[in-house]
Amino acid sequence: MPGLFYILLRRLRIPLILLVIIYAISILGFVLIPGQDDQGNVWQMSFFHAFYFVSYMASTIGFGEIPYAFTNAQRMWAMFTIYASVIGWLYSIGSLLGVLQDPAFRRLRNEYLFRRNVQHLHTPFYLVCGYGDTSAILVEALSEEGIKSVVIDPDENNINELELNDYRRQPLGVVGDASHPNVLESAGVTSPYCLGVIALTDSDEVNLLIALSTHLLNPDTRFLARADSEEAVANIRSFGHNTVVNPFESFAERLVLALKCPGHYTLLEWMTGVPNEPFPEPSFPEHGHWVICGYGRFGQTLHEQLISSGIESSIIEPLPQDANLPGLIMGNGTGAQTLIKAGVREATGIIAGTDNDGNNLSILMTARELNPTIFMVTRQNNRENSLIFDRAGFHLTMKRGDVVAHKIFALLRTPLLSDFLSLAADKSEPWVNQLLSRILGVMDENVPYLWELKITKSRTPALYHACKPLKIEGKSSVPVPLRTLLRNPHDRDKYLQVIPLLLKREGAVLLVPDEDVTLQVSDRILMCATRSVRRRTDWATQNESVLHYLLTGNNSEGQSYFWRWLQRMRKACQS
Amino acid sequence: MNMEKVIFGFFIVLALTLNFGFFIGDIDNPQHHHAFELFAAVVVSLISTLLKFGDRTHLGAILLATSLVADLQLIIAALIWGWAEHVNPGGMTPEIMVSIVSLSGGALLANITSVVLLVAETITVRR
Repeated sequence: MPGLFYILLRRLRIPLILLVIIYAISILGFVLIPGQDDQGNVWQMSFFHAFYFVSYMASTIGFGEIPYAFTNAQRMWAMFTIYASVIGWLYSIGSLLGVLQDPAFRRLRNEYLFRRNVQHLHTPFYLVCGYGDTSAILVEALSEEGIKSVVIDPDENNINELELNDYRRQPLGVVGDASHPNVLESAGVTSPYCLGVIALTDSDEVNLLIALSTHLLNPDTRFLARADSEEAVANIRSFGHNTVVNPFESFAERLVLALKCPGHYTLLEWMTGVPNEPFPEPSFPEHGHWVICGYGRFGQTLHEQLISSGIESSIIEPLPQDANLPGLIMGNGTGAQTLIKAGVREATGIIAGTDNDGNNLSILMTARELNPTIFMVTRQNNRENSLIFDRAGFHLTMKRGDVVAHKIFALLRTPLLSDFLSLAADKSEPWVNQLLSRILGVMDENVPYLWELKITKSRTPALYHACKPLKIEGKSSVPVPLRTLLRNPHDRDKYLQVIPLLLKREGAVLLVPDEDVTLQVSDRILMCATRSVRRRTDWATQNESVLHYLLTGNNSEGQSYFWRWLQRMRKACQS
Repeated sequence: MNMEKVIFGFFIVLALTLNFGFFIGDIDNPQHHHAFELFAAVVVSLISTLLKFGDRTHLGAILLATSLVADLQLIIAALIWGWAEHVNPGGMTPEIMVSIVSLSGGALLANITSVVLLVAETITVRR
């Protein structure tokens, strides 16, 4: 603020000096010009009266000629001073408004306010660099989880969009280049509340610079980035504990997973969905011949993945770098001739993977004309085209922003989720399908809500005390089975619609644990249900009397010391 | 020659000289202290304060501070004068004049500090 204040003062120096001079001349004039009192004697105005008159005259309040009616000479002077002071004020106020409206000054002011807001941030937050499709999904998902974000983007329009969006936890945004370390610093990278930095800009170079600055400024913080090229991925991974997501690779991985193990794919989609997102309808493609349209970075990665999993495919590309590629058909996929040449009539599926949404739509519409039973996969580049892509009714739509955002969000949410997913990946398809149908039973129209339940003193006090081994002799703690948490707090014979997906404790990881397993202190459980169910389980873990009821079926033994003492006395009397 | 420096120095020295002109004389004698001189001292002091706005150097900050002190003292002196002439039933008395002049004496000290700082800065800059 001091810097801003000085700039304001410097810009207003001339108008203020002008105002002082106008006032001084006006006052002096009134003091020098002789007046007349009510008896007709000569009366010299004092500085006090002159200042009083000029003050109300210059501000156009105009109380009149006080204390005595003016002489003609005084009126003449008053006429001059009225115009002079009005011009002086107009000029000063105009300059003030001009400075306040000045884009440079406003930017300085916004930067100052942003810096102050970040310094006053006393809740954990993520620092997101770049605000595009991916970041928008991620910031919204984080805000649904109650985590604030700080966003840096070089484009003012993006920051305005961020500020206009309605988030549960309003993120802070600033216009700036995240590759400059001082911008990162002002956005709070060194703050103890900074949980991590997420670099999602379009340029690998900028993401790398952000990674370096983050590593040097705050080595303890988490760093996640998106990188499009292999070199950038390797480069960012080479120092610190950085996580890098390659959109094309993850994209292709998911698609191949969808082709090979649809069950696993559906589980992954559901588990990594962002809150309040409608769950995707599972669709199951068949094995056979595939047609890939577009052999850019995405097409290449996809082709490699398909080859490695033994799926045969042909490629359509208008400008191939390598004309001798096996199965390559030169041409644009939008025309029927090329598609027929690539074998669309006999193919199981077609993947429209060009970087142009219009072409992708056109390819699939043509392919559907030629082969109505073909399995259609499309890449959607721009999030704004969602409406037509949804309406087109393709079997699988790969949105780049969604893929990256979901992957990063799953990594941020809880480490248990990645444990769960890697364990589930080794399970057989029937096991996964069975789990899927169980999950389908507990979720509403949105993707399932996941959360981590950790038995600690601060987060789940009631459960912590129940599980804690008692030190007093002769008294053994009652075992708390996992089933207790699944009971309905209103009626313990009924069960809540919730599935414990994973239980992690020292030395053991239980995938979909049995309901009879006994809970221990510092167990961590990954729960899956809806948001409203979560509130009810929280009730049981935090409220001792609710937990007591769930454990024993009896109502609590009383909240206060006095009441408990009274109950003990009654028991003693009865026995 | 830098025109800005000329104007700056002019107003700072003028603030001192006017202040001194008002201050000099018998401390309790209203005949020796004229209202016009006090008025001129207040106006010039205000202008010199405004001229110092926006200088972010350490010396600039001190100059601004001394100037603000002078303004404060002179404005209070002027307010007391106005109160004595127009509000006080007894009118101007030697006691009130003493307090007005001593306040302007305080402002004089602040103005002397300003000029000393200005001279010191001028000597250190050998250009």
